[in-house]
Amino acid sequence: MNLDLALLLAQDGIANGAIYVLVALGIVLVFLVTRIIFVPFGDLVAYGALTLAAIQEGQRPGTIWLVPMLAVLAFAVEAASLLHKGAAHRLPRAALVWLVLPALPALAAWPLAGRELPDLLGIVLTVALILPIGPLLYRIAYRPIADAPVLVLLIVSVVLHFAISGVALVFFGPEGGRPRPLIRAMFEIGDMIVSAQTLLMLACSALAAFGLWLFFERSIAGKALRATAVNRVGARLVGIRPGVTGGTAFLLASALAALSGLLIGPVTTLSYDSGFVIGLKSFVGAIIGGLVSYPGAALGALFVGLLESFTAFYDSSFKEVAVFAILVPVLVLRSLVTAKPADDEEDEL
Amino acid sequence: MRRLLPLGFAMAMALLPLVLKGYPITLLSYVGMAATAALGLVLLTGMGGLTSFGQAAFVGVGAYTTAWLTTVAGVSPWLGLLGAMATTGGLALLLGGATLRLGGHLLPLSTIAWGLALFFLFGNLDALGRHNGIGDIPPASLGGMALRSANAGFYLIWVGLGLAMWACANLLDSRQGRAIRSLRGGSAMAESLGISTFRLRLSVFVIAGLLAGLSGWQVAHVQRYVSPTAFDVGPGIEYLFMAMLGGAGHIFGAVVGAGLVTIARDVLQDVLPKFVANSGQLEVVVFGAVFIVVLQRARGGLIPVVLRWLPRATRPPPPDAPKLPRRAQPAAGTMVLAAHGLVKRFGGLVAVNDLSFELRAGEILGLIGPNGAGKSTTFNLLTGAAPPTAGRVRFLDADITGEPARLVAMRGLARTFQHVRLRPTMSLLENTMLGAHPRGRAGMLRAVFRLDRAEERQLRAEAMAQLRRVGLGDMAHELAGNLPLGRQRVLEVARALAADPMLIVLDEPAAGLRRPEKRALADLLRSLRAEGLTILLVEHDMEFVMELVDRIVVMDFGARLAEGTPAAIRADARVQQAYLGGVA
Repeated sequence: MNLDLALLLAQDGIANGAIYVLVALGIVLVFLVTRIIFVPFGDLVAYGALTLAAIQEGQRPGTIWLVPMLAVLAFAVEAASLLHKGAAHRLPRAALVWLVLPALPALAAWPLAGRELPDLLGIVLTVALILPIGPLLYRIAYRPIADAPVLVLLIVSVVLHFAISGVALVFFGPEGGRPRPLIRAMFEIGDMIVSAQTLLMLACSALAAFGLWLFFERSIAGKALRATAVNRVGARLVGIRPGVTGGTAFLLASALAALSGLLIGPVTTLSYDSGFVIGLKSFVGAIIGGLVSYPGAALGALFVGLLESFTAFYDSSFKEVAVFAILVPVLVLRSLVTAKPADDEEDEL
Repeated sequence: MRRLLPLGFAMAMALLPLVLKGYPITLLSYVGMAATAALGLVLLTGMGGLTSFGQAAFVGVGAYTTAWLTTVAGVSPWLGLLGAMATTGGLALLLGGATLRLGGHLLPLSTIAWGLALFFLFGNLDALGRHNGIGDIPPASLGGMALRSANAGFYLIWVGLGLAMWACANLLDSRQGRAIRSLRGGSAMAESLGISTFRLRLSVFVIAGLLAGLSGWQVAHVQRYVSPTAFDVGPGIEYLFMAMLGGAGHIFGAVVGAGLVTIARDVLQDVLPKFVANSGQLEVVVFGAVFIVVLQRARGGLIPVVLRWLPRATRPPPPDAPKLPRRAQPAAGTMVLAAHGLVKRFGGLVAVNDLSFELRAGEILGLIGPNGAGKSTTFNLLTGAAPPTAGRVRFLDADITGEPARLVAMRGLARTFQHVRLRPTMSLLENTMLGAHPRGRAGMLRAVFRLDRAEERQLRAEAMAQLRRVGLGDMAHELAGNLPLGRQRVLEVARALAADPMLIVLDEPAAGLRRPEKRALADLLRSLRAEGLTILLVEHDMEFVMELVDRIVVMDFGARLAEGTPAAIRADARVQQAYLGGVA
């Protein structure tokens, strides 16, 4: 392998890695605030890309049905919990928050989708459709057991992925979609040709990593979010409502997922179920970065991209094997380096 | 009633092919194959507290091993069975050895990772037929007769599953099985009882791998082809779903769960396409929704719900058995435990500062001090739960500084916990038997073949004796979780006594007890002292300590403030100041 080839592979790897960086940031974000390993994050990214692609092709995207369906479910869960608590008077407000508000984008999109739309409007619609999904999933699947061990939350996450990707198959169909790139320009840097979309992705990733770091390390709101993850009871005692912070974290994650979908969609064809493997690969990157820091997750995700492109050079069919197999030695190394926790939590499944 | 259930179940399964014909039998074969893999998860998750999303990958390893061996290498399917189990067992040993020290959620995450890595490996290896898999696998044969028919496959699978269930049930009802079931209480408890949690976890992991290997072998030789899709993470989580739906705490949970899921999938795949287009994965949606509800509402699964309706057998107290050998207690007055210049720093905080004291055989020593004085840290340093920054700890003739808790426990130092650590779902008797774990030696194989019964009787009789000694003898078969806190503390003492210790260290045993409970505990400790046992009491309830102990060491700000008889301590001005605040 000569230097030119290595550079080419590195460029390819960084372009791939930029995808994983965005997704890894979302995963770390949710984990740090809620202790939930949000496996379906990758699915949200895919739905974003598919939604934009459908809108651009003049079709109604699957999210138009998916989001109201989730809203009805979330409202049902909320209503059941309110009635159980004997707080029926709060039902109207619950209907507004969990039923009407999340369904609004779908209502707005219904008449609009199906005709030629300006690019910007399509993007706004896509983001608006993806935004409610995170909080709705949180309300349905996680909030009823927000105090459960991390392990239970993890199982719920994996199960949730399979459940919603089955629904997504119904609404999106099996075909993949690929929206138009946001910017089409190509640049020549030395001998290499770089697409503007890739540069945009890298810039957005860097910006998102820095922004998240700033928000969580430097602002009171960010610290309040993090405090919930450390100790839910303690956070409650100082006036932080864990349910609200959890919802906020998932809203942020949804926004990041929508953004990622817009950026990633034009680079690679996504279908209803391709979010899972992308999510898990990003996740490997996030774990390599320690699962606690945004810059670390970004670097880890870049490393995954590089690993993938260099393995693909030798045998493209083994790049997945390499990415997932690398996690085992990485984890072992980490368990040797980091001090052992005093005692593992008692996992009462 | 409950004891007859397995026998009745086996008979019913054996007679079923006489009643049912054709497709139902095939469907039940699939139930059996899935149940074999799910049984591994019952052991791993329900009993051992480890979660794996990679069980399907292990099934795949087993299936591909025997498929390759019997088609390419042309060996007999029975050799293929050996090969499949050797490969899955070996791989489990390797992966488990590497990852089982990982804490919390990292272990299950790593199972997703290597599960996916294996899945992609199956689909891309030329030798394994890439995405097409391997076909034309020969059926197993018995006495020259090929087991080709649906009924033959059914018996092949269910006899294997039945044997596996029998072996697992025997294993769980044994010394090592109890230790496995204690793993979910956290490693601090198990290690303090002399149980090597890592080795035990590794064993369970390997057993789950072996069961996956058996399941894979069944798949390969009954279905007669293997392809990668069956071994993805999706099927992996389905096995987990089966185990948890049925009840991961019970051997039969695997069968119940596998039966419900397999049959439900069959029905759903028939019904759903009639209503929805693109319904290819809708049964997964249904399973997912049910699984999430199970996780939210009933993590114990269905079996505990059903069992609640069955009458509980009233069990007689265990019969007497030859007594277990006991250690010779040190002669009264000899040094049992000594701390020399103990120091423990956490960063800049000095929790224990140059602490020295000695404990002599046959006495009760109280280690007291106001909140934050460093008592609990000292406790951890003495029992091996944490290593000191400087200083030495001697126990009898040995230097135990920095020795892990498990080895300290084996030397005859038994402890209790400030926050009671018992297994709430195990009986008082079983909890106490856990304490006697280091006094038995029967391993897993002896347990599987029931060669450990004599020793089991001894352990049970010993535990029963200790329960009677502390006054819990009449509730030996109750569940520990049903006891009030005061009696749970006493149960911890019984568990400590079952280890035949030379020293018992009690961490705030009176905390949270009501006055009569405290009095009963004090009486118990006095009677133990009368029998020659040495006791170290870490406590901040002054009244409780003063009435009970022979000598007191008072700590303040990590250092020894005073030492002496209760009367002398009571009169000590420095102690009064530490407890009551300075006189301005």
